[in-house]
Amino acid sequence: MAYIIQGDTGDWEIVIGLEVHAQVISKAKLFSGAATEFGAEPNTQVSFVDAGFPGMLPVINGICVEQAVRTGLGLKARINLTSVFARKNYFYADLPQGYQISQYDQPIVGEGELILDLPDGGTRTVGIERLHLEQDAGKSIHDMHPAKSFIDLNRSGVALMEIVSKPDLRSPEEAGLYLTKLRSILRYLETCDGNMQEGSMRCDANVSVRPVGSTELRDRCEIKNVNSIRFVQQAIEFEARRHIDVYEAGGTIKQETRLFDSVKGETRSMRSKENAHDYRYFPDPDLLPLVIEQSFVDGIKAGLPELPDEKKARFMAEYGLNAYDAGVLVAEKASAEFFETVAKGRDSKMACNWVMGDFFAALNATGKTIENPPVSAADLGALIDLIKDGTLSGRLAKDVFALMVETGKAPSVIVEEKGMKQVTDTGAIEAAVDAVISANADKVAQVKEGKTALLGWFTGQVMKATQGKANPAMVNEMLSKKILG
Amino acid sequence: MTKLTDLTMAEARDGLAKGAFTAVELTSAHIKATEAQRHLNAFIVETPDLALDAAKASDARRQAGTAGSMDGLPIGIKDLFCTEGVQTTAASHILEGFKPPYESTVSGKLKAAGAVSLGKLNLDEFAMGSSNQTSYFGAVENPWKKTSAPKAKLVPGGSSGGSAAAVAARMVMAATGTDTGGSIRQPAAFCGITGIKPTYGRCSRFGIVAFASSLDQAGPMARTVRDCAIMLGAMAGHDPKDSTSVNMAVPDFEKALTGDIRGLKVGIPKEYRPDGLSDEVAKVWELGIEWIKAAGATPVEISLPHTKYALPTYYIIAPAECSSNLARYDGLRFGLRVPGKTLDEMYKNTRAAGFGAEVRRRILIGTYVLSAGYYDAYYAKAQKVRRLIAEDFRKAFESVDIILTPTAPSAAFGQGEGTDDPVTMWLNDVFTIPTSMAGLPGLSLPAGLSKDGLPLGLQLIGRPFDEETVFRVAGVMETAANFTAKPEGI
Repeated sequence: MAYIIQGDTGDWEIVIGLEVHAQVISKAKLFSGAATEFGAEPNTQVSFVDAGFPGMLPVINGICVEQAVRTGLGLKARINLTSVFARKNYFYADLPQGYQISQYDQPIVGEGELILDLPDGGTRTVGIERLHLEQDAGKSIHDMHPAKSFIDLNRSGVALMEIVSKPDLRSPEEAGLYLTKLRSILRYLETCDGNMQEGSMRCDANVSVRPVGSTELRDRCEIKNVNSIRFVQQAIEFEARRHIDVYEAGGTIKQETRLFDSVKGETRSMRSKENAHDYRYFPDPDLLPLVIEQSFVDGIKAGLPELPDEKKARFMAEYGLNAYDAGVLVAEKASAEFFETVAKGRDSKMACNWVMGDFFAALNATGKTIENPPVSAADLGALIDLIKDGTLSGRLAKDVFALMVETGKAPSVIVEEKGMKQVTDTGAIEAAVDAVISANADKVAQVKEGKTALLGWFTGQVMKATQGKANPAMVNEMLSKKILG
Repeated sequence: MTKLTDLTMAEARDGLAKGAFTAVELTSAHIKATEAQRHLNAFIVETPDLALDAAKASDARRQAGTAGSMDGLPIGIKDLFCTEGVQTTAASHILEGFKPPYESTVSGKLKAAGAVSLGKLNLDEFAMGSSNQTSYFGAVENPWKKTSAPKAKLVPGGSSGGSAAAVAARMVMAATGTDTGGSIRQPAAFCGITGIKPTYGRCSRFGIVAFASSLDQAGPMARTVRDCAIMLGAMAGHDPKDSTSVNMAVPDFEKALTGDIRGLKVGIPKEYRPDGLSDEVAKVWELGIEWIKAAGATPVEISLPHTKYALPTYYIIAPAECSSNLARYDGLRFGLRVPGKTLDEMYKNTRAAGFGAEVRRRILIGTYVLSAGYYDAYYAKAQKVRRLIAEDFRKAFESVDIILTPTAPSAAFGQGEGTDDPVTMWLNDVFTIPTSMAGLPGLSLPAGLSKDGLPLGLQLIGRPFDEETVFRVAGVMETAANFTAKPEGI
């Protein structure tokens, strides 16, 4: 999937690395017992520890550690049995302690990998550099008062996993696929809800460009806190173009932090990265090194769910699905489960077609979610059964499905109520066929003269006459017998 | 009968148990003493009303037969411990008026054991200093006087200077101290009392205003070894709110005072005899060695080769941690705020006005040694040296059971002397800092008087979590020293 930008001086490629901040699903913060619920009144979920009061000490929340290990295992990464929390010192109003407790040179999770599912059904592996635990800062609100800032410490101390990719991504699309896949894995693991609107998953994109064929890594710019996959892609595209323009005009790119303006679709300088060199790190003396046992890791490993990649492979093997369909179905755990319920004991290709076709269309049209679907998996399965046993033709089934969406009723109930049963009674079909033949003697003659394509028209007439209930296969057979002998 | 304020805690405990006097009487006597000795400036906040209420409650508990190990005993709390509803300042302007809505674990345990607090004791600002002259609330005066210059005001040592002075002047029977590089032991030596910095991790740091987290440790200061043992028993123990507090049982320290040290090997480090060590201090040390010999223990010369690096290393690590720990005093959520046109200006104004010179000096040093370009040259190297110092002790303890050294290089000095040169001031902790760097327990007890009539202290250093041996040897030395001198007029 080569993504090349043509410049005036030649072809360029983009080098992208992503840093994702994923909020850990846990009831309490990383170092205090305070709650973590989204959307609470400002400063109602703050302990003295989170507010950095004198004498307060951090105590590691074991659940957050478990979640980080779980995520690391999901990313096929090395788990470090000893890791160290460090203080990252810098002053900011919403950083109550004056430092952030993070992990620096000894993170809890080391190198791993993530597999991108490409649109053509292929895959590509992207390296994960590390995953470390850190606490979130509070939130400053600057637009409530002309001279004052308001600080909400509800998020202060919330556990984040910073997941850093290697600079392996080469296009905005790949960045999007990476985020989609990462979110899918996090949701499968139930370690982060992946909700970018609520800020529980945020992305910083590191972007640089280089002439095609070159292997150097040029100075990169970091685009901070982009909160949707689409915006990440737009930001990368804009930033890459900007770099190329600067280079081609003979300029240089300075390493800096930038913000993405989603209204204008452009990035702009936020602060020079010079300050970053001055972050003062040292091991947090309030926390001993975090030492976990291999048995703890093994226990978590044993409890891991089937992850998207494995599920996809199984869907292809077990249900004979192609890579694309399998990839779509497994992207969300709930849709994979939905499919499996529908497919159980039935024709899996038919199940796949119905789920990915009419069912997904109905999801979109109704705005409902897979967790609260417009048609239950059991009802959709029952509908497929009605097709299989000949009660419904494919065409009737589509009508029944539409009524299922509309009324929420089971397919058998609808068939019963509306008398939508397929007619397989030979006598009834024969009567309809005879009626159509006798009313269209001229066309019968044409068929006999060799215009056999007209047979389809006859079928349509019979189906119309029977309100679509006649079994089309029987109609076809009878027509050709009666007209062609 | 002995004055109530002259009793040791052990004696007072027995008197209360026998009903010889009540906790209210004992407390009232000490409240009077604090009023009489106010010129020493040992207290930042006195809480006599709270103390009397607590004493009444204690008497009721004793009646009911539910008295705790320190029930009814009047003590003082160093103003570095957060006390619920009572102003806690760390002797800094930046925290003036701050009343924590929570209680430190150690002061809370003492309350739970029935101890009666008379108030918050003065200290060097944020516990930074060795003379108690850096307090925003003014210097503390040592109750002891030089016989040669009885009018001169002497320092009580630091940082727990208010604690040491209050105990020496019989205002309280005991007090909490904290020790980062010698802040319990050096003032104990200067004021002629006993104090122990227990093993790092023995007492919870929760609710203690942090100075250097990897070194800070709370401990008792009292007039006898037994009193320290009683009080440490009430202070120590695992606290789930402090990840560095150790989850191990607290022994009965008082039971360790068997009086028998026969067969123990006592290390005498040759590196603690630097050029210029005062003759008086050297002499008291020799005396101490004689006492332990007489009691059946054997002095053994040992070497702690990295001793000379301890002080410079400490003055990298402690300021580094302090620069980070004190970042939270930003004027936003509590304490002092001096407005500014921008956020940065507000920080600058607040911190410039709120912190004294010594605190600012250490924050600047700490910020410097942690900054990216200098981290490896200073902080990382200091951590390596710290490990070597700890290793020195570990090796030494393969051949000895305990180590005996002087506590401080000299007796108490005059207020204003040497304060113009911070480095000279820092040398006061040269004998106490190595122990702190290694996290070991260290006790100082009064061993004699200088020619000028001032107390001189000796230090006992033990193996990690072996406070029992430290107390046992200290008890024997205390008996031999028979230190009965009191400050003039107390």
